[in-house]
Amino acid sequence: MPTVSLTVNGNPVHADIDPRTLLVQLLRENLRLTGTRVGCDTSQCGSCVVHMDGKAVKSCTVLTLQAEGTAITTIEGLALGETLHPMQQAFRDNHGLQCGFCTSGMIMTAVDMVRRKGHALDDHTIRRELEGNLCRCTGYHNIVKSIAAGARAMESADPLRRAAE
Amino acid sequence: MYNFIYHRAAGLRQAQHMLGEFDDAKLIAGGQSLLPMMKLRLAAPANLVDLGKIAGLSDIEPDVRSISIGAMATHFEVHNSAVVQEALPALAELAGMIGEPAVRHRGTLGGSIAHNDPTADYPAACLALGATIITTERRIPADAFFTGLFETALMPDEIITAVSFPLAEKAAYQKFRNPASRYAMVGVFVAKHASDVRVAITGAGASGVFRVPAFEEALQGRFSPEALEGLTVSADGLTGDLHASAPYRAHLIGVLARRAVAAANERNDRSDEL
Amino acid sequence: MSATGVGASVRRMEDFRFITGRGRYTDDIARPGQACAAFVRSPHAHATIDRIETGAAAAMPGVCAVLTGADLAADKLGPLICGWMIHSKDGSPMKMAAHPALALGRVYHAGDPVAVVIADSYAQAHEAAEKVEVTYGELPAVVDPAEAQSTNAPQLHEVAPRNTIFEWHLGDAQATDAALKSAKHVTRLELRNNRLAPNAIEPRAAVAEFDAGNDAFTLWYTTQNPHLARLVLSAFIGIAPEHKLRVIAPDVGGAFGSKIFIYPEEVVCLWAARKTGRPVKWVAERSEAFLSDAHGRDHVTRAEMGLDANGKIVGLRVKTIANLGAYMSTFSSSVPTYLYGTLLSGQYDIPAIYCEVDAVYTNTAPVDAYRGAGRPEATYVVERLMEVSAREMGLDPAELRRRNFIKTFPHQTPVIMAYDCGDYPASLERALELAGYNSLNERKQEAARRGRLRGLGLSTYIEACGIAPSQAVGSLGAGVGLWESAEVRVNPTGTVEVLTGSHSHGQGHETTFAQLVSERLGIPIESIAIVHGDTDKVQFGMGTYGSRSAAVGMSAIAKALDKVEAKAKKVAAHMLEAAEADIVFEDGRFTVAGTDKSAAFGEVALNAYIAHKFSGAHLEPGLKEGSFYDPTNFTFPAGCHVCEVEVDPETGETDIVGWTAVDDFGVIINPMIVEGQVHGGIVQGIGQALMEHVVYDAQGQLVTGSLTDYALPRAEDLPPLIVDTTVTPCPSNPLGIKGCGEAGAIAAPAAVMNAITDAIGTEDLAMPATPQAVWAALARTGRREAA
Repeated sequence: MPTVSLTVNGNPVHADIDPRTLLVQLLRENLRLTGTRVGCDTSQCGSCVVHMDGKAVKSCTVLTLQAEGTAITTIEGLALGETLHPMQQAFRDNHGLQCGFCTSGMIMTAVDMVRRKGHALDDHTIRRELEGNLCRCTGYHNIVKSIAAGARAMESADPLRRAAE
Repeated sequence: MYNFIYHRAAGLRQAQHMLGEFDDAKLIAGGQSLLPMMKLRLAAPANLVDLGKIAGLSDIEPDVRSISIGAMATHFEVHNSAVVQEALPALAELAGMIGEPAVRHRGTLGGSIAHNDPTADYPAACLALGATIITTERRIPADAFFTGLFETALMPDEIITAVSFPLAEKAAYQKFRNPASRYAMVGVFVAKHASDVRVAITGAGASGVFRVPAFEEALQGRFSPEALEGLTVSADGLTGDLHASAPYRAHLIGVLARRAVAAANERNDRSDEL
Repeated sequence: MSATGVGASVRRMEDFRFITGRGRYTDDIARPGQACAAFVRSPHAHATIDRIETGAAAAMPGVCAVLTGADLAADKLGPLICGWMIHSKDGSPMKMAAHPALALGRVYHAGDPVAVVIADSYAQAHEAAEKVEVTYGELPAVVDPAEAQSTNAPQLHEVAPRNTIFEWHLGDAQATDAALKSAKHVTRLELRNNRLAPNAIEPRAAVAEFDAGNDAFTLWYTTQNPHLARLVLSAFIGIAPEHKLRVIAPDVGGAFGSKIFIYPEEVVCLWAARKTGRPVKWVAERSEAFLSDAHGRDHVTRAEMGLDANGKIVGLRVKTIANLGAYMSTFSSSVPTYLYGTLLSGQYDIPAIYCEVDAVYTNTAPVDAYRGAGRPEATYVVERLMEVSAREMGLDPAELRRRNFIKTFPHQTPVIMAYDCGDYPASLERALELAGYNSLNERKQEAARRGRLRGLGLSTYIEACGIAPSQAVGSLGAGVGLWESAEVRVNPTGTVEVLTGSHSHGQGHETTFAQLVSERLGIPIESIAIVHGDTDKVQFGMGTYGSRSAAVGMSAIAKALDKVEAKAKKVAAHMLEAAEADIVFEDGRFTVAGTDKSAAFGEVALNAYIAHKFSGAHLEPGLKEGSFYDPTNFTFPAGCHVCEVEVDPETGETDIVGWTAVDDFGVIINPMIVEGQVHGGIVQGIGQALMEHVVYDAQGQLVTGSLTDYALPRAEDLPPLIVDTTVTPCPSNPLGIKGCGEAGAIAAPAAVMNAITDAIGTEDLAMPATPQAVWAALARTGRREAA
C-alpha cells in the first residue's frame, strides 16, 4: 500500500493507505476526526470542507495521496484550546445551525471566505460564496447573519488568534 | 470507486512516460471532474498519474498580445491574477464563476479543457478568444482542439502544459446555471478582436462547445446587442434535458449573447471613464 | 421573564458539540469488528426476479455474507407495514400489499433492494454487490398517479385491483353539490403537487449489533422516533422482543419526516448482524437516498370552489389522486387523508366541503410524510383557489380573505376539525403592513421600467399540529396513540435530568425543554440535562413529527413538573415544620407563607433523598416523577405569508425579492429557535415551488437521481426573510403552545405560485416554476418578449 505523510491540525500523520482513500475517509476513519462529514456523492453539499494549506477544499474530492506534504485543518483544529474561533462563536450567537450536520463545512467555508474577501461581508457576497454548501434546516438566513458577524469578530480577535490565522 | 494504481509524476517527461507505459492510464490534476466520476463508478482508470507535484506548470505570464496560463493554474489563481484581471478581465470573471470556492481552489485550467465536459466554462473562452493549447508535443488552435463530448485532439501520451489566450478588445461571459448542478446550462462567451468577433457557446451543444457564425457576422458589422435582434440559433443539434429543452436553450443563447455583448461594451465604457 | 426562562432567546445548549465538530451521528459510530453492508438494488421499475446467483459475490475478498429475500423469508421475518388503517367509501379496508425488506420474486420500483452483501469494508461490499447476478423479467411500469387506475395500466400488487389502495372521502357530497349549483361564481383548478425528495443533509444510516450472550440487539440509527421503530421492528417484523432490542438515535442530521419510517435497510442490518455475528453498518450514499428514501407529496387534484355574489364561499369540492409509490410506507395512508382533507376549510368559514381521495400504487419509491405532510397539499389547493377566485371576480385577494375568515371560536369545520382559537385578520393585516402591500403598484411599475415583471402572492394557511389526541386518531384509523411521555429526575444536589419521548434532530429541544424546567424550578439552565433518543433510557415515547414536540412533549414535562413540585412541597413542609398547604414555591425557593422560613430547591431535593426529616410511613423518599400527556385537541397554528417576486421575462427566471411571514404559534418558548424553524420551513416551501421535483421517466427510471439533477435551494436563491408573530394562546394545552416546525413549508408554495402567476398574468403554471416552465407559460400567453 502506498504511504502518505501530511499534517492534520498541526500533528504529523503517516499512514499506509489504499490509494482510493479520499481525504475525508482518512480524516474520519483513520484519524477518527468525524467532525468532517459526508452528505452527498457528487461534491455538492460542502459538509466535508476542510482547509488544505490554508484554502478551503472539499475533502470528499481529494485523494489522500494528492494531499501528500500538505497541512490540513479540520473543524476540530479551529478552536485555540478551549477558546472558540470567532466564527464558531458567531454561529452559536446567531443560531446559524440546527441539526449541525452541515455546520463544520459551513464554518470552514466561512473562515476561508473571510480570508479571501475580508471582514466586511455583505449579504449578497456571503450568499454567492455559499454556492458550494447546502443546508436543509436553516433556510440560510441565520447562516448568512452568522458569517457576517463572525467576519467582523475575526477582525477584532485577539492577537494570538490572528497570528494563528 | 474502483481500485487503481497511483503514480506521482516528478516531471512532465516522467508523466508522459507513465502514460505510455501503463495500461489505461489517466492524468489527474485537481481531480474536480475526474474524482466525482470515479466515485460514482463512471470512470475507472487502472492507473492514475498525478501531476500535482510537478513544479512550474501554473505560471501566468503576460505577453504583448496574449497571456500564457500554465495548465495547472487553478481557477482560483486565474480569477485572482492581477495580470489576467488587467488584460483579460472576462477570463478572470469566468474563472470566478466555475463551480464554487472550494472547487476553484483545486480545479485547473488544463484539467478542465482536457476533460472537455460539454457544460464546462473554459472551452467557451478558449474558442471565443482563439486560444492556443500548448502541449508537450505541439501547439493546437482551440478551433481544432475540442472535437466532441469529452473528446479532444490530444493524443494518448500528450499533456497540456499551458494555454495562450490572445487579448481581446472587448469580451464578456454570461452563464445561465443549471438550477441543480450549477454547471452552465448555457454559457456564452463573446470576444471582439481587431479583425473579427467570435461567439462561443457552452452547455448547450449536443456535441460540445461551438461557435455561432451568424452572430459573429452580425457583431462584426456592429458590436452591439441590437445587432443580434431577430437572430436565432436553431434548436437542432442542441441538448435537451429535464432542465432545459433544446428550443429553450436556443432561446437562452440569444438572450445571453445580447447580454454578453452589452456587458463587454459596458466594461470598456467603464474603463474609458477611469 | 428570566434570562433563560420561557420567552427568552436562549443560545442553544447543544451547539457547542456541533460547532466544534463533536456531534455524534450514526456514521460517526464505529463498533469493534464492524462489517459494512451494500445493497443490490433493482435497476428496473417493475420486473420479476427469475434467478439470483450469489456465488461469485460470496467468493470476493472480504465478503462474509450475501443474503437475499429468500433467506429473509426462510428466517420468517415479517414484512414492513403501514400503521394507519384507512377505509374506502364502500367500507372496505385499504389494500396493503406485502413489503418484504428484500424483494421476493418481484421488484416494484427502481432501487428496490434485492440482496445485501456484508463485507469487511464498503469498497469490498460494493465491489461484491456488482457481482451478484440477478436475472430479471422486465414488466411494463406505471409512474403517473393519474394513469395508475386505468384498466390499461400495468398492475402491481394482486391485492389492489386497478392499483387502487383506497377510495376515501370526507364531508357532505350532496350539500356541496347543491352549494356549488347555487354559487354565483365557481373557480376551477387542476393542480399537481410535485413529488419531492426530503434530502436531510445527513443520509440515512444504521449500525446494528447483536449480543449473543444476552440474545439482544442494539441499533443505532437515523430515526425521529426510536420507540416507535422498536415497536414495529419487534411486534411486526419480529427481530426480537422489545426488551431485547435497544434503539438509539444519536445526533440526527435533519429528518423532515423522512426518518419517521421503518425502512428495509435497518431491518436487514439487524438481521445480518445476527447471521454474521458482527456489527453491521450501512450508510446511504446520496444517490441511494434518492432511490430509497420515502418521497413526499405527489398529488393530482381537481378543485372547485363556489362563491356568492359578495365573494362569500359557499362550497368546496376536491378530488385528489395520491401516489403512494410501490409499497405503503409506515404512515403513508394518513397523509393524503386525515392530514389533508381535514384542513381544506383553511382559515375560512365554508359551509359545505366534499373531498375524495384515491390512493394508488405506482412503480416509484414509497411516498410518505414530508415536512407538513398533507397540510401543504391542502393549503396549496385552498390558497391557490382563493387567489384565483379573487382575480376572476375582480376582488383584492386580501379583501376576499377578510370576507371569509372565521372570526368566532371554537369553530367546527365540515371536515372534522374544531378550531380552538385564532385571529386570522390580525396576522393578515400585520403581514400586509410589513410587506408594504399598499405600495405594491408602485413597485410593479418601477420593475416594469427595468423590463421585469413583479408580482405578489398571499398564503393565509392553517395547519393541525400537536399531533394528537389518541382517542381521536384511533377512531380515524391510527395504529398507535399519539400522546407523549416525560420523566423528571431530580438529583440529590438539585440538578435535573428530563427524559422525553420527543426527539430532537435540529429543533433545539435540549434548550427549549430546559428553559421550561429552569423557569418552573428556578434553577440554572446549566443544571438541566434533556435526555432523549435511547429506548434504554426513556421508557416510551412517540417521537418528533407533526410539529408536536413543544405542544405535546413539553406539556408532558409540565405535568411531570407539577408532580415534582407537589412532592417537593411535602418534603419542604417536613423540613420547615409547616403545613403543606402553607408552602409556596416561587423563584426556586419553598417558603412558608407569611414567614421568612424558606428552603432552596436544592436543599429540598437533598432532603428528599436523605429522608431524615420525614418518616417512610408518611412520605416516600426520592424526587422523580413521570407523566403521560395525551392532548385533548389538535392545535391550529395559522398565519399569513406574503411573497413578492420579480420575473425576468426573457429567461423565465424568478427572483424572490421579498418574504414576510406573520405566524400565530401561540405561546413561544424561544423566539430565536422559532424564527429558525420558520426560516427553514419557508425555504423548503420555496424549494418545492421553484425547483424541487422528483422525476421518473415513463419506464420508471429515476431521472433526478442525484443532486446534479435534483435542485435544492442555495443561499443565493433566497432573500432575507422577515418573520413576525401574533399570539393567541392555545387553550388546549397547559402551556398555550401550538407548534411551529412545519408552518413555513405549508404556507410557502402557494404564496410563491400566487406571486409568480400575478407577475406573469396566467394561472397556467405548475410547480416547480423553473425558469423553463415560466418561460413556456409566458410563451403560451403571447406576452413573452420576442426571442
